[in-house]
Amino acid sequence: MLLIRCPYCEEERPELEFRNAGEAHIARSANMAGESDDDFEKFFFIRSNPKGIIYERWRHIHGCARFFNAVRDTVTDKFVMTYKAGEPKPSKLPGAVK
Amino acid sequence: MSGAFRIPRAGRLSQAKTARFSFDGQSYTGIEGDTLASALLANGVHLVGRSFKYHRPRGFLSAGAEEPNALVQVERDAARKAPNIRATVQELYDGLVAQSQNRWPSLAFDIGAVNDIASPLFSAGFYYKTFMWPKAAWKSLYEPKIRAAAGLGVSPDKPDPDHYSSRYAHCDVLVLGGGAAGITAALAAAETGARVILADEQADFGGSLRFETGAKIDGQDGYGWAQAAIAKLKGMDNVRVLSRTTAFGYYAQNFVGLVERVSDHLQSPGHDLPRERLWQVRAKRVVLATGSIERHMVFADNDRPGIMLASAARIYLNHYGVAVGKNVGVYTANDSAYAAAIDLKKAGVNIAAIVDLRDHPTGPVIDEARALGIEVNFGRAVIRAGGKLRVTSMTVQPKNGGGERTIPVDAILMSAGWTPSVHLFSQSRGKVAFNDETKRFVPGIYAQDCISVGACNGTDGLSASIDEAYAAGAKAAKDAGAKTAKGTKPKVDASESWSRGMLGAAPGAGPDKTVKAFVDFQNDVAAKDIRQAVHEGMRSIEHVKRFTTNGMATDQGKTSNMHGLAIAAETLGKPIPEVGLTTFRAPYTPVTFGAIVSHARGPLFDPTRKTAIHPWAEAQGAVFEDVGQWKRAWYFPKAGEDMHKAVDRECVAVRTNAGLFDASTLGKIEVVGPDAAKFMELLYTNPWEKLEPGRCRYGIMLREDGFIYDDGVVGRLAPDRFHVTTTTGGAPRVMNHMEDYLQTEFPHLNVWLTSITEQWAVIAVQGPKSRDIIAPLVEGIDMSDEALPHMSVREGKICGVPTRLFRMSFTGERGFEVNVPADYGQTVWEALWAEGQKHGATAYGTEAMHVLRAEKGYIIVGQDTDGTVTPNDAGLDWAVGKKKTDFVGIRGLTRPDLVAKGRKQLVGLKTKDPKVVLEEGAQIVADPKQAIPMKMIGHVTSSYWSQNCGRSIALALVAGGRDRMGETLYVPMPNGVIEVEVTGMVFFDETGGRLND
Repeated sequence: MLLIRCPYCEEERPELEFRNAGEAHIARSANMAGESDDDFEKFFFIRSNPKGIIYERWRHIHGCARFFNAVRDTVTDKFVMTYKAGEPKPSKLPGAVK
Repeated sequence: MSGAFRIPRAGRLSQAKTARFSFDGQSYTGIEGDTLASALLANGVHLVGRSFKYHRPRGFLSAGAEEPNALVQVERDAARKAPNIRATVQELYDGLVAQSQNRWPSLAFDIGAVNDIASPLFSAGFYYKTFMWPKAAWKSLYEPKIRAAAGLGVSPDKPDPDHYSSRYAHCDVLVLGGGAAGITAALAAAETGARVILADEQADFGGSLRFETGAKIDGQDGYGWAQAAIAKLKGMDNVRVLSRTTAFGYYAQNFVGLVERVSDHLQSPGHDLPRERLWQVRAKRVVLATGSIERHMVFADNDRPGIMLASAARIYLNHYGVAVGKNVGVYTANDSAYAAAIDLKKAGVNIAAIVDLRDHPTGPVIDEARALGIEVNFGRAVIRAGGKLRVTSMTVQPKNGGGERTIPVDAILMSAGWTPSVHLFSQSRGKVAFNDETKRFVPGIYAQDCISVGACNGTDGLSASIDEAYAAGAKAAKDAGAKTAKGTKPKVDASESWSRGMLGAAPGAGPDKTVKAFVDFQNDVAAKDIRQAVHEGMRSIEHVKRFTTNGMATDQGKTSNMHGLAIAAETLGKPIPEVGLTTFRAPYTPVTFGAIVSHARGPLFDPTRKTAIHPWAEAQGAVFEDVGQWKRAWYFPKAGEDMHKAVDRECVAVRTNAGLFDASTLGKIEVVGPDAAKFMELLYTNPWEKLEPGRCRYGIMLREDGFIYDDGVVGRLAPDRFHVTTTTGGAPRVMNHMEDYLQTEFPHLNVWLTSITEQWAVIAVQGPKSRDIIAPLVEGIDMSDEALPHMSVREGKICGVPTRLFRMSFTGERGFEVNVPADYGQTVWEALWAEGQKHGATAYGTEAMHVLRAEKGYIIVGQDTDGTVTPNDAGLDWAVGKKKTDFVGIRGLTRPDLVAKGRKQLVGLKTKDPKVVLEEGAQIVADPKQAIPMKMIGHVTSSYWSQNCGRSIALALVAGGRDRMGETLYVPMPNGVIEVEVTGMVFFDETGGRLND
């Protein structure tokens, strides 16, 4: 069972308290009704599914209930870092990352 | 007497404490502290099982967890029948009853052994080749027969009466393995004050010190030192010592699963003790001291009972005081077997001969064996074993060919060397590295905060292991944040050491294709099978493994993997590392389901949710149904009524007078804040800004893709306050969906979401008399139609307690939903019930609720919709705000597929024969005479007998349904085709006048 750091609680807590909420940094258009079919397809259906670093949304559902973002390595399952919702995608990741 | 093979003054058990037990109905006597294996051996019993595939007689190979052969059924009583218990692990208690497995009619005469004669049919991959045709025979004939023949014990047929417990634990240093290295590492870590857990799978700590008579540490014999060290560790507050505890799985971030066998060794465990305890340990550092496992020699008929690992014979002698035979042969490619021969010889057992495959080995054990007068042969091989139910001889030949000599024996000890136990290291995702010199896979690249010490790290010699373990234990504690150790390292005064051994098949293993030189005993895989797999095209060891099933039995190939790999590599002509090692997976040894589920079974498997009104319904004799975790009153049968009659009566009563229904399970969410209306606009398809406080609206929630996600009536209590209801099952996900959007997409909105499902009990009062029932109990709310029209909500009091009174209907009748604080739910219900009795009201359950709503064509999300239904498909286009510029799902609704013609639409169906009730889920076709497979154009989503309509009614999703009004369609069923007519969805009171009657 993984340990995940909740950026709001500022604590590492067991995975059981969290729920994955899909890929992060996929912004919903401010003009949703005007999106083209292609753009809507990209927004709703297409996900990156990378081997390696993935940016994900998680929710501390059985804790503070906040959604936040996490950087995880899909090969090792390791969490590289977590950060609050709304914060920009980190340009640099801590530690040596493939 | 505890067995003819018990050697006086040998071993550590007290002869005074005897324990009686039975095996296959025969009574025996053992000693407390025995395993079932040592007790049987003490009584001269070697034959304990039949093999999986060929039903060959089998005995004990080992004295530990790696045992592939000696699997037995242990029975305490009718409900406690545990199959596949390793006799080498099961501790003896007085009264133990064990049975052998996979034999019929008896262990000594087993009909299934015909498989051994017919074995050319059963070579590697035979399942894939032999039972291919006819296809239909697989399920009905081949599979049941194969499963019956290849049995591994019988599953218990009663619920497990034992209980199991589970604990979480945290520590600085977790040491796995309680041999010399593990104990040393635990001492070093514990002396720093770090929190330490030390676990070992055996009842007794010491590991190989239990049989290595040559070891001396700190002036004591090795075993004595181990016991003293354990006593010291147990006395420390910062240390937890767990015996009989197997680390079975190493998961992410140093999370390790262990199972402690708490009471399987006790005669009368009593009910206070769990049978097993699951430990889920999170450790800052892990020290792996899991030791190594001896390998057997691969030669013809090496599976005969009486042939075992040399180290096993040493444990049986030095720990349990049992000789495994009276005239013992030894076949080895490794020094350690000599030590076994020497110990047995000194105990008075005749050693017929030592056969050593090596050409010119030298060393003190060889000199000592010779000095004791043991015949030692170098450069020779045992090419086959004689005997069937017990080994009777070994046939010896120079390894490069020559004259054969047959030596009578009653046991053969084997050693091909030792395999480091890298299972847990590998499970931690560490990468093993092959040491070409020692022909061992040892820990290479670490993936987690752990360290391997001693034999599992490929470290030879007690002294080197203790040095390594002490340093590792101290470092692990320090890395976990503890101080430097102040203790002293244990000093090794004397030790045993031995050289390497061999991998793969020995000369007696073929190349003859009929020779059964076993590599994997439990799955009956011989050297020839692995060669055959390579010849048939398997190149990767993963393919060889699956084709031959080598290493796939419950012992996970602890003794067989390296031999199998070496034979495959040799046949392929490739070096071992290029062929690769199969992946080690959890569990290390089998784990019971009981330990994993612990208390989460029966009523504790899942929470049960009951409404405030549940006790009343129960007292009325309601029948309940499960809706998610909720118990809901399904119907209220009166004396002599079946479900059908009760539901008919309830449905008619609601439309005639009135009905009371417990709707408390409805999901309820309060949406509050200055931007509450804006938020509702975004989350629901409907317009909300203009909804006046005090009014209600039926809302539809979509996912972004445009499909219906949930629905419910929403009341606006104030400009900044909405009382939202959701489906019973949908409440948690709707809350999550709302929170998601509020927190991440619309965080600028000042809104608070609160789940109020459990705070409010909801009593639906429906029917023409509903107002008459409620009105006398209500204070502060004008109940007239003008003041409280359909789809409105007021706050006031009922029976003196606060209420949110909704005028709304899920029946099509004049109706109300009375929300009261849950604590008052039953009291208010009883007051309404008493009032209702004056007006002929009845209580109705969920079944009548379903029928009544279907009569009116009201949908249930999740029953009439399935995640691919749009509001338009469901005939609910009117609920989508046409002037809105944004809401979740607005773009999805205009996707080409969602606006295409011919989509499945919800319609009503009337069977041509009004008495026929369709089956929900039944498929619908346009032409019943077309060839199979027919083109299915839809399916029935809801179907009931409607007593109010005097006929059956149904809702269905049908392609282009609304353009098919009046058409005849067909529902093909096993007993014939049912004709139906497509109709509108409303079957009762089409104008809706009764809402205000």
